[in-house]
Amino acid sequence: MSGLLRAEQLVVGWQQPATQPLDLTVAAGEIVGLTGPNGVGKSTLLAAIAGRANVFSGRIEQRPGLRLGLLRQDVPPVVGMPLSGRELLALTGASPEGLPAWLADRLDVRLDKLSGGQRHYLALWAILQAPADLVLLDEPTNNLDVAGVAHLTEHLRDRAAAGAGILVVSHDTAFVEAVCDRVIGLRGHDVS
Amino acid sequence: MSAELFLIPFLTGLACAIVLPVLGCYLRLRDEWLAALAYSHVAAAGALLALLAGVPPALGGLSMAALAGAGRRLFAQRLSGGASDALLLVGGWAITVLLAANAPMAERMGHALFDGQLYFSGSQELWPVAIGGVVALLALRALSSRLLLARVYPDLFRLRGLPAWPIQIGFDLMAALCLAMATMSLGVMGAFALVFIPPWLAFRRAANWRSGLRWSLAIGVVAYVAAFALALGLDQPFGPVLALLLVLVGLLVA
Repeated sequence: MSGLLRAEQLVVGWQQPATQPLDLTVAAGEIVGLTGPNGVGKSTLLAAIAGRANVFSGRIEQRPGLRLGLLRQDVPPVVGMPLSGRELLALTGASPEGLPAWLADRLDVRLDKLSGGQRHYLALWAILQAPADLVLLDEPTNNLDVAGVAHLTEHLRDRAAAGAGILVVSHDTAFVEAVCDRVIGLRGHDVS
Repeated sequence: MSAELFLIPFLTGLACAIVLPVLGCYLRLRDEWLAALAYSHVAAAGALLALLAGVPPALGGLSMAALAGAGRRLFAQRLSGGASDALLLVGGWAITVLLAANAPMAERMGHALFDGQLYFSGSQELWPVAIGGVVALLALRALSSRLLLARVYPDLFRLRGLPAWPIQIGFDLMAALCLAMATMSLGVMGAFALVFIPPWLAFRRAANWRSGLRWSLAIGVVAYVAAFALALGLDQPFGPVLALLLVLVGLLVA
């Protein structure tokens, strides 16, 4: 495995530091989980790696030319917009191949006519399948039923086997344990 | 004779009726439809200022609208939530009314800009609108996927290192110039009706983005042709007839 991302003694936040110092590496083909209670700064860490939140101390090193993908917790603003699932995938360059059957035949439906779970999975798929070397996922199992979580677990493994690194923030312990190669637990005052 | 007399005004309005509904889809996508009304008011104010300064009014209208479109982004962070568009709109309206109240020449033109003066369009209006319209449609076609990606996945847009200026200042400038040109012919509310109502209806009914663009274009063009014939037949000003027709269609279809 080759390194995609390395963080050393990283402290990040928006207006002020919001996390404890963290050491982190993600290699190609590896799935790393970040867990911890609400407010510990998991999402802020992903935002900092993606260049949105501020780095207050420590450093982040990325492999030169690294292509990043980021899925935030909030669903894309598609309500009231005539955008189909097929068009959404085309926007990010994601292939519909491999979509679960319960979504594959609904690709031509407007996104705001899909159920919340279906819409979330398509939004997730559009990022997961877009060309990227490192994929950052924030609470990907939100709004997903059992079938959705099972399909996501299987697909994340396939994506990693194809060489992508994946960093997952989730409060879903069972999902994290099932899919991740390593799990880093964040707490308010230390990191385990 | 009358057919020849009204051909150029008809074609001038038709060019607007093709461009504005498509442009309106992207303004609606960005939640910036109020900016359209703001640009029209600023263009009206600019035209009156130019008239009083002895400069061609169209040049003044286009220049002021372009300034508003390009400058809007500078204040976007400080004036979030549509405040910049509301301020432009109110400011443009206030300047227009004050100028019209204090100069008889400006009063006549102010009325013409708000009511619309399509029937008085000549080739000096037609060619800029036609050429500008073609340029705007080509630009929208080229920018479409980036405008959509920036709206739906702003993080991915940024992470891919795509240049932001074409979809920010570039789009704002283009929208401002299109609205300014349309305002000179259709009037403030006629132009706004074409940029707002067809996309609003299309967004409610269309199955996907491409069909949304087609629906918006079709509604705009059909409403325009019908309003043109109706206004001529009833000897009424064109702008209010178009606006009223689109409002009725909107209420029936929505």
